[in-house]
Amino acid sequence: METNTRKVEVPVLAELFSRNETAEYLFWVGSAGAFDDRYKKVTRAFVKVLTFLGVDYAVLGTEESSSGDVARRAGNEMLFQMQALMNIELLRNYGVKKVITCDPHVYNTFKNEYPDLGADFEVIHHSQFLSKMIEDGKLKLSPDIFRGKKLTYHDPCYLGRANGEYKAPRRIIESTHAELVEMKRNKSFALCCGAGGSQMFKEAEKGNKEVFIERTEDALETGAEMIVTACPYCMVMITDGLKYKNKNEEITNIDLAELVALSLNL
Amino acid sequence: MIKQILFVLALVLTLGIFAWTVNRLAAIFSLTKAAFPVRDIGQRIRLTLQVALGQSKILRRPVVGSMHALVWWGFLFILIGSIEMVIDGIAGTERILGNLGVVYDVIIALGDLFALLIALLILAFLFRRVFMHIKRFSGSEMTPHSHVDAKIALTLILFLMITLLGMNTFYILDASQSGHEVVGCYPVSRLLSGWFGGVTGQTAHTLHEINWWGHILGIFFFANYLPYSKHFHVFVSVPNVFLSNLAPLGKMTTMANITKEVKLMMDPDAAFVETTEDEPVERFGVCDVEDITWKHYLDSLACTQCGRCTSVCPANLTGKLLSPRKIVMNVRERMKEKGLKMIQNGKEWSDEKALLGDYVTAEELWACTTCNACARECPVNINQPAIILEMRRFLVMEQSAAPGELNQIFSNIENNGAPWQFSQEDRMQWAEELYMNQPVS
Repeated sequence: METNTRKVEVPVLAELFSRNETAEYLFWVGSAGAFDDRYKKVTRAFVKVLTFLGVDYAVLGTEESSSGDVARRAGNEMLFQMQALMNIELLRNYGVKKVITCDPHVYNTFKNEYPDLGADFEVIHHSQFLSKMIEDGKLKLSPDIFRGKKLTYHDPCYLGRANGEYKAPRRIIESTHAELVEMKRNKSFALCCGAGGSQMFKEAEKGNKEVFIERTEDALETGAEMIVTACPYCMVMITDGLKYKNKNEEITNIDLAELVALSLNL
Repeated sequence: MIKQILFVLALVLTLGIFAWTVNRLAAIFSLTKAAFPVRDIGQRIRLTLQVALGQSKILRRPVVGSMHALVWWGFLFILIGSIEMVIDGIAGTERILGNLGVVYDVIIALGDLFALLIALLILAFLFRRVFMHIKRFSGSEMTPHSHVDAKIALTLILFLMITLLGMNTFYILDASQSGHEVVGCYPVSRLLSGWFGGVTGQTAHTLHEINWWGHILGIFFFANYLPYSKHFHVFVSVPNVFLSNLAPLGKMTTMANITKEVKLMMDPDAAFVETTEDEPVERFGVCDVEDITWKHYLDSLACTQCGRCTSVCPANLTGKLLSPRKIVMNVRERMKEKGLKMIQNGKEWSDEKALLGDYVTAEELWACTTCNACARECPVNINQPAIILEMRRFLVMEQSAAPGELNQIFSNIENNGAPWQFSQEDRMQWAEELYMNQPVS
């Protein structure tokens, strides 16, 4: 199929607002999505998919701030609540009703924790959004790009165990016609990547192994050529694990949004 | 008549000691703080049926899980027989529930079958404990005392099952040889009574009495041993499941006292509002007994030290100091140690020690990834991360003792709204020069 290249303009909510416009969805990019070099690619991929689907969305841009999740799990409830109350106020002023995010930590704190502080909006993880689009027939992935490829999926703790979402990511992978091979520890039994609970930002305590290496070994055991994740922290950890195992040349680590963008040839 | 008097004396003594022990443990609840309101009774009943009665979480390990489930389901049938024994003992009757007819036959037959099955399963459990190396039965918190405790509990159950079968067997022989009707149906003991066919009338009667007394006194002893044992879960696990925190595992509790402070800080008008000075100053997080909620304490009483939590903990699996089981055990130990003293000597009593620091170290707490694998695995719905995170809150907000890297991310979030040191102004850089393919239509 022939393609043209087009520039993607990302709508910013403040600008829409100044024109008396609004958007159906707020895409919460998250700090990792905005600043982590690897995860910026995921953000870009997801925005391409949103554009492809013609979704009415906008981002907060420079008005966005930390969800406070990391601070909360690191014990700093004061800082968490300051961030949360600020974010809730901002979203309320914009009349935001639905939020999409690629980050399960943001998803979890928005969905389960912000309501205690007065938040009143629906939160959707991008895996759920994409899976729903596939289910509704609005998103058709090419069956050829990943057909015959072996993929494994790493369940992020805050999407899986914390919120019980195991199906949506798998539905997306299956609709690429790839072969999904499960790790020995999967779904509610999945092993953490090692980055949750603020571990991402500190040295691990003394031990005999890094958690991310243990988890990468689970993934490598499956013989998959691609490890699919759905969380910015998991992405960093598994990427490090592949490098540590010298497998980063042969095995790739991609996010669900990238998987979808690739199978749409975006 | 003498038998009845002796029985009632034994029963009163048992209940008396039990009441005293439980009262002591329960009094500690008066020191605990509020956790969450207990609502949604319907959902709680469903959860209890599923997790406690149905053993849904213990069956996540299918082999050893079904072994436990069979012991538990068998226990429920045998319990009915035990209640009958108490009635018989007081009233001087024999097999009083026999009037129930077929229902009785079924219950007693199942109890009889399960007695044999449980005895075999307990032997298997003892074999695992003594001869097999099961990783989750080791760890720094598993002291020699813990191992002995586990073996005593198993041995007592084995004793109860053997005396139950003995009681049934010699009951059949006693009744049939003295020309009475055998009440109830006994698939296993009927077979055993055939093997003991040579036992004569009087001996059968005596052996029946010995096993009857052995069984019931065994139960009485066991009931009073349990509150001092990890095996207390026999009493506490079902209530603990019923009183579970129903929120998703990922939800941390919102500290209302912090919300108040933050709102004061954020609202410029509030600065001029006079604050009431009489309110007691509340500590943030958990440091010791006085900060523990009733749910943390109940969790600690329900813990059987099975170690499923620790066996799935990513930190523990990779050799870190953290063991969720240890934290829960520490809570129980400390609540008993300091809690009882506080009840005796007043809430100001102190031994210059604290749960945080003397029992649980910061190194353990900072190793947690909050992945909730432990809580997901716990067969009795203990929430280990809840306690760990409350102690982190104390470390950070009361002691400013976060690891240096975390202090750095706190100031990054405060200054530029992200854990990384990037300017908020750069939050849209990812969107620059973004191109995509578009099919030519």
